[in-house]
Amino acid sequence: MTAYLIRGARIVGGEPTDLLVRDGVVAEVGPDLAATGAQVVDAGGLVALPGLVDLHTHLREPGREDAETVETGSRAAALGGYTAVCAMANTDPVADTAGVVEQVYRLGRAAGLVDVQPIGAVTVGLAGGQLAELGAMASSAAAVRIFSDDGHCVADPRLMRRALEYVKAFDGVIAQHAEEPRLTQGAQMHEGEMATRLGLTGWPAVAEEAIVARDVLLAEHVGSRLHVCHVSTAGSVEILRWARQRGIRVTAEVTPHHLLLTDEKAVGYDPVFKVNPPLRTAADVAALRTALAEGVIDVVATDHAPHAVEDKECEWAYARPGMLGLETALSVVLGSQALGTDWNAIAERMSRQPARIAGLVEHGRDPAPGAPANLTLVDPAARRVIDPGESASRSRNTPYAGLTLPGRVVATFLRGEPTVLDGKAVR
Amino acid sequence: MIGHLLSAGDLDARSATLILDTAAELGNLAGREVKKLPTLRGRTVVNLFYEDSTRTRISFEAAAKRLSADVINFSAKGSSVSKGESLKDTALTLQAMGADAVVVRHPASGAPHRLAHWVEGSVVNAGDGTHEHPTQALLDAYTMRSRLGRLAGLQVAVVGDVLHSRVARSNVLLLTTLGAKVTLVGPPTLIPVDVAAAPAPGIAVSYDLDAVLPASDAVMMLRVQRERMGDSYFPSAREYARRYGLDGARMRRLPEHAIVMHPGPMNRGMEIAPEVADSPRSTIVEQVANGVSVRMAVLYLLLGGKA
Repeated sequence: MTAYLIRGARIVGGEPTDLLVRDGVVAEVGPDLAATGAQVVDAGGLVALPGLVDLHTHLREPGREDAETVETGSRAAALGGYTAVCAMANTDPVADTAGVVEQVYRLGRAAGLVDVQPIGAVTVGLAGGQLAELGAMASSAAAVRIFSDDGHCVADPRLMRRALEYVKAFDGVIAQHAEEPRLTQGAQMHEGEMATRLGLTGWPAVAEEAIVARDVLLAEHVGSRLHVCHVSTAGSVEILRWARQRGIRVTAEVTPHHLLLTDEKAVGYDPVFKVNPPLRTAADVAALRTALAEGVIDVVATDHAPHAVEDKECEWAYARPGMLGLETALSVVLGSQALGTDWNAIAERMSRQPARIAGLVEHGRDPAPGAPANLTLVDPAARRVIDPGESASRSRNTPYAGLTLPGRVVATFLRGEPTVLDGKAVR
Repeated sequence: MIGHLLSAGDLDARSATLILDTAAELGNLAGREVKKLPTLRGRTVVNLFYEDSTRTRISFEAAAKRLSADVINFSAKGSSVSKGESLKDTALTLQAMGADAVVVRHPASGAPHRLAHWVEGSVVNAGDGTHEHPTQALLDAYTMRSRLGRLAGLQVAVVGDVLHSRVARSNVLLLTTLGAKVTLVGPPTLIPVDVAAAPAPGIAVSYDLDAVLPASDAVMMLRVQRERMGDSYFPSAREYARRYGLDGARMRRLPEHAIVMHPGPMNRGMEIAPEVADSPRSTIVEQVANGVSVRMAVLYLLLGGKA
């Protein structure tokens, strides 16, 4: 195994220092380390962060390998500075059995670019009818800890209560896609002035908030952990703030796109801006940024959702919702100014806390002697123009095409092996 | 003049007035024995209709033919579209055939905007989903202007399913551009919540038709889809007719000069009583005739300059 000497990196924004990476761990940290036999990586001016961890990735395999595979999605993740991603269950077949989650887990291992941690479905076929075999997925080789019907809400309150209770036996967590389906039938974008003007059926904020409110109360009642996926409204933030003050065990994520973009983007009907939950108003964006800074929302998760060209190059109403996110997440978070350049906060929201929620003990640990060498090197001074054609994803549906964003991932290490060097995927 | 007509909001007061004035000139043609002008000879207009709409399609067809354009009718039924061809591929096909203008009717809001990305010719929105129907607004404005002599300062009541109505959206944009005041009337379930909460300048919202009528110069009754009842927008057709239908008694609350409009097709007995539809105040048949003139003006102004 090659050793790497990373010279002059600022660990989580601290003073420049050297890091020696050997045998999968950070062997030494300190000034002017000797290079003996190690390959030198010049990290002058770069910030070293614990490898980023994404709680919300759609890798599309099995089923839609034309849009993404575990391997191409893993490569996109590595290029975005990630060392672990949690793969959502809405594949075809659905990841609702031990067999499917183990398949995804093994495909991730075989690709070897990030750790792919499968998320299991809460209900059979994501249909919202009966619980999937959560325990079997938990005790499988994939050791599933997060369960989600993402893309669908676990709308039945009784079923949600049971799911929250049931997973306590193996320290699981339910990640809820909060969307009251009766309030969003046919919904195309945020309900408000823009939707009225564009004649697109509205997705009201209350459809999210009603479920968030219900679920925090259910979590309190049964004493369970709840994770809220892609929080998108100011009202949800208020409910989460209240729930945390009450001591309810709730965590929550926000996507990069909800920190930067608004519903105004729908004006030309380009479905690259169609996403679920939809882009909201500037007031919602401001509330989400504040919530992330305060920790009311404690995780940034990408909701990376690759879609084939034909599923986006069509009428808005017929397009699939979702956007790419892995390769741009860190830059968008920096660009949103939600956390400024508080590297400790960025490490907390994008690595440590998601690793804790997912139970990934090898991840989310700051580079220090003895820690697993899962880390990423970021050039905070760089600016880059987003070119969809350059994406390592199999899909091209980035909403940031042509935007200039700050920050660039220069290198990523997974267990001491580089997956990205000089801003390029190693393989 | 602009390259496409996708939204009534694309038109400023000057270009909208130019269309109405041009329509007035072209309208004189309808009285002549030979109703044809050579203006668009050699130009191709495609009617691309993804929804059944006989009246709008034949109105555009008549308009294009009176300007001597070649007209191709492309209906989504029984075509490549029913075999799953995408809008983009259809657009590229029409482009390859040299369509100078594409008149599109589509069930998805914004489809004409997408189409405009893929064809070089002018795109005319002939109704897209629950978004807009700009030539309907133009013909309505034309009708009001010719009956009432002006648009600026008029009080227009738009009554019914505003939430789902492309006619209402286009009329609100065009009428306010031309200085009229619009009152949207309907059950609260059929008025967008953001509009009711904070109406834009020139717009008012009312849930009480009887209160609005005495001050209205024109009242525009929107078609109500019966299937809205199943979605609980209102309890029954009878209750709707009682509260928001225009019957003879209500019509008599209007000022003497006021007109009654409907974009058609009507649900007689639902939003409008036969007595009202057939009364001298009704402009419904006139609207149809004016539709041809207005669409001639739109095609003429979009294509005429490029010959």
